[in-house]
Amino acid sequence: MPAISIAKAPQPAATNPAQIRNFCIIAHIDHGKSTLADRMLGLTGVVEDRNMRAQYLDRMDIERERGITIKSQAVRLPWRSGIDNQEYILNMIDTPGHVDFTYEVSRSLAACEGAVLLVDCAQGIEAQTLANLYLAMENNLTIIPVLNKIDLPAAQPDKFAEELAKLIGCQPDDCLRVSGKTGAGVEVLLDQIVKQIPSPVGDPKAPTRALIFDSVYDSYRGVVTYVRVVDGHLSPRDQIQMYSTGVRHEMLEVGVISPEPMASKGLGVGEVGYLITGVKDVRQSRVGDTVTTHNNPAKVALAGYKDPKPMVFSGLFPLDGAEYPMLREALDKLQLNDAALVFEPESSAALGFGFRCGFLGLLHMEIVRERLEREAGLTLISTAPSVVYNVTLDDGNNLVVTNPSEYPDGKIAEVLEPIVKATILAPSEFIGTIMELCQQRRGIQKGMDYLSEDRVEIRYTLPLAEIVFDFFDQLKSRTRGYASLDYEPIGEEAGDLVKVDILLQGEKVDAFSQIVHRDKAYAYGVMMTGKLHELIPRQQFEVPIQAAIGAKIIARENIRAIRKDVLAKCYGGDISRKRKLLEKQKEGKKRMKMVGRVEVPQEAFIAALTTDADKVSEKKK
Amino acid sequence: MELAFYIHIPYCIKRCGYCDFNTYTPAELQITSELKDISNSYIDLLISEIKSARIEVGESAVIPSIFFGGGTPSLMQASDIGRVISTIKDQFNLAKDVEITLETNPDTVTKEKLAQFLAAGVNRLSFGMQSAVPHVLATLDRTHNPDNLPQVTKWAKEVGYKEISVDLIYGTPGESKEDWQRSIDAALSLPITHISAYALIVEEGTKLAAQIKRGEVGNVDDDLSADKYIMADQAFTSAGFNWYELSNWAKPNSQSRHNIFYWLGKNWWGAGPGAHSHLNGKRFWNVKHPNLYKERIIKGESAVAEFENLESIQIESERLMLSIRLPSGVEKSTLNDKQILDLAGYVESGHLDQANWNLGRATLTLDGRLIADRILREILL
Repeated sequence: MPAISIAKAPQPAATNPAQIRNFCIIAHIDHGKSTLADRMLGLTGVVEDRNMRAQYLDRMDIERERGITIKSQAVRLPWRSGIDNQEYILNMIDTPGHVDFTYEVSRSLAACEGAVLLVDCAQGIEAQTLANLYLAMENNLTIIPVLNKIDLPAAQPDKFAEELAKLIGCQPDDCLRVSGKTGAGVEVLLDQIVKQIPSPVGDPKAPTRALIFDSVYDSYRGVVTYVRVVDGHLSPRDQIQMYSTGVRHEMLEVGVISPEPMASKGLGVGEVGYLITGVKDVRQSRVGDTVTTHNNPAKVALAGYKDPKPMVFSGLFPLDGAEYPMLREALDKLQLNDAALVFEPESSAALGFGFRCGFLGLLHMEIVRERLEREAGLTLISTAPSVVYNVTLDDGNNLVVTNPSEYPDGKIAEVLEPIVKATILAPSEFIGTIMELCQQRRGIQKGMDYLSEDRVEIRYTLPLAEIVFDFFDQLKSRTRGYASLDYEPIGEEAGDLVKVDILLQGEKVDAFSQIVHRDKAYAYGVMMTGKLHELIPRQQFEVPIQAAIGAKIIARENIRAIRKDVLAKCYGGDISRKRKLLEKQKEGKKRMKMVGRVEVPQEAFIAALTTDADKVSEKKK
Repeated sequence: MELAFYIHIPYCIKRCGYCDFNTYTPAELQITSELKDISNSYIDLLISEIKSARIEVGESAVIPSIFFGGGTPSLMQASDIGRVISTIKDQFNLAKDVEITLETNPDTVTKEKLAQFLAAGVNRLSFGMQSAVPHVLATLDRTHNPDNLPQVTKWAKEVGYKEISVDLIYGTPGESKEDWQRSIDAALSLPITHISAYALIVEEGTKLAAQIKRGEVGNVDDDLSADKYIMADQAFTSAGFNWYELSNWAKPNSQSRHNIFYWLGKNWWGAGPGAHSHLNGKRFWNVKHPNLYKERIIKGESAVAEFENLESIQIESERLMLSIRLPSGVEKSTLNDKQILDLAGYVESGHLDQANWNLGRATLTLDGRLIADRILREILL
């Protein structure tokens, strides 16, 4: 049996780097990474069968439910190679699987020498996987191509072996074939990880340098920092220092995950493990930073550190204004574990008090919102997402706008908007429809390659604002779900942008203002006024709904005044019933938001702010 | 103290499709005996309840009104109606000008029967006309022949009734404005002194609601109903009927005293299954099913199913709710600053009468009557 008992396995801080293999698994959502990882945990004996549960390593409910990994994690797996019968330590570093977390992915990759490229052989490679593959190749990682789910009836391993071979420049025969579900080929894969991936190289005598590739807040232990030691070593008695800030921390515990945390005597060159220092906020222990020791600090940091920068902004408001303090508390708590989340108080005439929040991307935004609602029990309204605009005024002053309501009226010399490089992978039959969509979204085609006979990679540059506005949903629906998308920011470009305001009875509703390209202002105005016309109940007076650029009205709808709002009959037995009905209606009235004199139900705000047109189904009475 | 009586007759030959009142057909109750016997034995129960009411309110109460509603009160024997009236007369004191109303189905009476009701003490008839248009009546699932109305009202007049009312319903799905005008004209051609006109309310659980849900019948169009209300108000007013409550119009001095009793929050006793009563801030209502009602009365128990003691805020809500529906409206001096401020907007928008407002009263204009509930929600506490 290749599995070796944990007690007899090489111990942390006493493992020869030559026996260590650090690898990650690059895979798309649903391509079976978690199942394969589960299988590896079982085969290496670190999790006994009776303790096994599906997606063992995914810690949050949201991760399990959505089948995606938000945060990475590292597991130490002892393995006796079937090839040379020697003992090895495999550190499997889980990588987040989404475009929003590219920076975190790149740090996870930097902690490895090799990567398992895992592809569902019923679906083929997807855009984000491709992007991460390129990232791994840039980091000079050894790539082991693996086709998963060979047990599926729809599997086409030969076809996708060709595709992978072409992408990484190997032979189709080099692709391993496994099934995480049945376990077929997984032992061979573990042996090949040992054989193909180089062992880590570092100087054990040099000042300590360890790369932080993840940082997680735990309510009992404070921040748990995941590191890969490059040079020197970390021991429990060290006083450590963060290179970027120079801040010192006492080490409370150092250890490895296998797959539950185990304190160790330390971590040596090439080893992967965790540190606990009593820090209470992940921003003090940032992904990408270098950990060194206070006594003998490193002179040079490990390369690649940067601050995560929010790309997408949205206002989050509690549905019930009284929940504002709870929202603040929940955001504070979330930020302990999410260095990329930024927020500041915002007040909206229409939505009351809330927070303007910055996110890495749409998924990040969705996850944060979902966690706030789920973990703090809040009900939230979020405004339409916006990107960061760099506005130069006629007088030469510069302004950074992340909220359409702060967009200046007139006197604008130039507006720069973020541009991304987008990669779309799809069956070739959808080329036309994808190009049409990208064209509509102000895309500029940069190239197209066939990955195989019937699969293409299409490259575009697009304004991020266009992607933020339901691009992904559109892409999915136009390609019957077959297309995948990846994008990365590549800079800013000037755009002919305008702010469209929505007015109810002449009053601007800040929550509905949107910055759009001039050519799309009219369509946005018509769409939004139309939606609100459907959603806002009739009032005792006529309510004009207008869309305007500055003072110019570009679209208009009218909500006719309500004609009849009275129960005809009111006799003896009706009196109690009618009073109770009115009292109930009065309660409902309290939940209305007032825009000027117009009562707007909160559902109208929610529905109008969702980009999905299908959700606007509840026709008003 | 004054006490009005409502007498509930929970029987109909057939249930109409829009009706959700507490009424039953003999088949539903599995009664095989003749109508005459039903009438007899049911009235015995009512008489017992009325006698027990005296214990509650005392014999000195003066009775300004008795209203027989249903159901179809005109199915009862005139002699039985007479027994109820004389019981009330015996147990309490009838006011000199007591109003005694009988809801009457135009199909269930003859001239002779109308005369018998008069002789028994009834002095006001309220006919369920609903519409003069056959297809509208068909949608409402009414069986009566609209041509009977001129006949029965004429008989009523001939045998000596001074106060005759008809009920109309507007807003039935499929009813055009022309249809409604026909009904208005038909009603105004009758020898009547009072009209009630109600917008159709589609009540949950009725046959009509199910038909609308299934798409067999169109839905109610509130905008069209608003137009019809205005049509009715104009026609009735110019024919000499003045509105004295949202859905009621009367010739001078022919207003229903019974209705006004409800709307002024006075005391009344409802006898019969499901009937509601109001005594000095306490509301109570009887068990709903006739069989259960019968059981209770025969055992000598109270027929009351539930009651509520109104809190002062509820009494005030009801006062506002009921008085806003009357031409006299709500006295401004009874409102707080916030309520007055909220109502001021409606004066400005023409829903409350400016002149009366200046004189210290919030009264609805014609447009305001159509959105009375909306205005009311502003000032409910």
